[in-house]
Amino acid sequence: MALMGENLGVYYKKDQWIFKNINIKVSPGEVLGLSGYSGCGKTTLARILAGYILPQAGRVSVDTKHLIQKKFRPVQLIYQHPEKAINPLWKMENVLTETYTPSQDILDAFGIRDDWRKRWPIELSGGELQRFCIVRALNPNTRYIIADEMTTMLDAITQAKILHVFLDICQSRKIGVIVVSHEKSLLHRICDRVYKVGQLC
Amino acid sequence: MLEQLGRKEDVLPYTGKAGNVRKKIIWMISFSVCLIGFIVILSFILSNDNLRVNNASKNLMPSFKYLFGTDWLGRDMFTRTMKGLRLSLAVGVFATVISVTVATLLGTVAAIFGKKIDEIISWFIELFIGMPHLIFMILICYIVGGGIQGIVISVAMTHWTSLARVVRAEVLQIKSAEYIQISQSYGKSVWYIARKHVMPSVFPQIMIGSFLMFPHVILHEASLTFLGFGLSPQTPAVGIILSEAMSHLSTGQWWLILFPGILLILVAKSFDNIGEQLRILLDPTSSNE
Amino acid sequence: MRIAVQPLLKVENLSIGFSQYFRGTQKRVIHPISNLNVDINEGEIVAVLGASGSGKSLLAHAILGILPTNAIYSGSMIYRGVELTKKRKEELRGREISFIPQSVNYLDPLMPVGKQVQIGLDKQSAQERQKMLFAHYGLKESDGKLYPHELSGGMLRRALFATSVREGVKLVIADEPTPGIHPKALKEILKQLRQFAKEGAGVMLITHDIMSAIEIANRVAVIKDGQTMEISAASAFSGTGEQLKTEYARRLWRALPQNDFECQELRWEA
Repeated sequence: MALMGENLGVYYKKDQWIFKNINIKVSPGEVLGLSGYSGCGKTTLARILAGYILPQAGRVSVDTKHLIQKKFRPVQLIYQHPEKAINPLWKMENVLTETYTPSQDILDAFGIRDDWRKRWPIELSGGELQRFCIVRALNPNTRYIIADEMTTMLDAITQAKILHVFLDICQSRKIGVIVVSHEKSLLHRICDRVYKVGQLC
Repeated sequence: MLEQLGRKEDVLPYTGKAGNVRKKIIWMISFSVCLIGFIVILSFILSNDNLRVNNASKNLMPSFKYLFGTDWLGRDMFTRTMKGLRLSLAVGVFATVISVTVATLLGTVAAIFGKKIDEIISWFIELFIGMPHLIFMILICYIVGGGIQGIVISVAMTHWTSLARVVRAEVLQIKSAEYIQISQSYGKSVWYIARKHVMPSVFPQIMIGSFLMFPHVILHEASLTFLGFGLSPQTPAVGIILSEAMSHLSTGQWWLILFPGILLILVAKSFDNIGEQLRILLDPTSSNE
Repeated sequence: MRIAVQPLLKVENLSIGFSQYFRGTQKRVIHPISNLNVDINEGEIVAVLGASGSGKSLLAHAILGILPTNAIYSGSMIYRGVELTKKRKEELRGREISFIPQSVNYLDPLMPVGKQVQIGLDKQSAQERQKMLFAHYGLKESDGKLYPHELSGGMLRRALFATSVREGVKLVIADEPTPGIHPKALKEILKQLRQFAKEGAGVMLITHDIMSAIEIANRVAVIKDGQTMEISAASAFSGTGEQLKTEYARRLWRALPQNDFECQELRWEA
């Protein structure tokens, strides 16, 4: 039981590998950190593991099975910019319930107020929108979550609050988490292990 | 850039000098809509009797009884113009609907189904844009065999290209949006994504596009009938009115051409105005000015 | 810190509002920034610290005079003793006042980045200088021929930085120049900002990253919801934050992962 990437490799042009031979594994309930700097392909790796793109080499498996398109993917990706991850023409109510109806408990845990549901995305701050994105990703069928620079744009207080709540819920549901960040101190604080992408660059 | 504009706490009523552009826009749109509505209603109310040949009232100057004067057969020009415009509008609506449908379909297909199909459709768009409009329309009209259907088909076939381009670009751009990729990761169907995510963003563009296309369509339709392709001389179409009037212009009957011409331009301009104002209203970079 | 007779730039009681339509045609004004105060002396680096949405980018746009047309602002901005009028902003922008924008979208997508760096440089030495700047920021010479979409985010940011390095700059406004940058390049950028200050320019570093702010800034202005919470010396951000003046700044400092990562009350503010 794990989210596994075996011998993953990606190139844009032939023989110019961004990375190759990457083996990565996250078990349920584990928090793995992915560190690395811009341009070394950590976002690409995150998108491969979440099944957004196929690697040119290697394979990704979830609990020994392949990721299936056209069905709810048990690996969910949370993006850095919540305002891009939310359709600007949708009311927050619809954003929240696109895949499932979250329980009141989880809404309370993230401090999502009832009157926010009637608002448009532009009427909420980045931190508030990001909480909606996290709740949305915490579908009961979600087994693994990849947080790609999830709190980079937020202030330290909001970052701490969001991560505390988020990691608590993942812990209790045995969700495996990959935290992608360039901030080492954050990774060392919250991750069980840290994997460094692209030693070369 | 505009971070977080919705803080309810510090909302104040506006007291600036810039004026309320939105109110002005709504006035302008209402005016255009009223003008068009007025013409349509009048064209139904006015009796066809006014179009009969009447030897008692030939070649009259505009007066209170005959607002636009009468022609050499004694027909009331006001009635003829209104009915002619109604025909123009009907043909215009029909041709625009076909055009917009073709544009939406081809634009979307080009954006969604990969490079090969995109190249083919883009090539077709270039081809149709490259041809001179009027000559192409006359050609199609001739092939189809004239009549109303000839006009509708030829006008529709030549006007879809620019809107198809807009739709293609819009869909291409929105297709790669993160929220669409997320929706895909939820296992949502293509149909769901098209209906819930893509259509709401593309629809305003299509609507504005059709309003802006409309004036072109009716002007081209008028030029086709003016040149004698399509309709029989008895039909009250603006193009026919104008072409008939041409031969009487030299005798000093200026009203035969002035009023129908001005009204045709007014109607075309009204649609253009509606489209243009809607564009300003829906464009996020200008909508709050 | 050098004490100048008058600050290079003094922003006082700045409020920025946007007129906005709601419910169809009714007009209202919202104020993302109200009563913002900040000042910069020559040769000083001041960090403007705030979360995304706190209005800190708008501050930069107001100083540069590039706010959108539906913005209304009040308050005073005094640059070298004279009020910054619209006309003056336009004259100074890109010459005495240099801007390093946050978004890499400010680069022209249709022009190779090397060319963009050469804009505004002395024609004869432009190519030389561009190559030097590229080497300086860890970009390869061949990168100059590439278009923006062919470079990664961090590389673009460095290229963007290279476009703003001009001679005779008196005030540098850097809007979030650091996120996601390679540590070597980051060092280079921070060094460059320090260099600006050393040469007598004032530097306004807009950031949400406390660590890079206190690393190079002399003073830090903490912004929350468009208001200045406090302005303290960068050295006050140390230990448990007992030298900080406000509770908010202390909480901000303690919430850092390298400190306590704490948030005693897990309640979200209402």
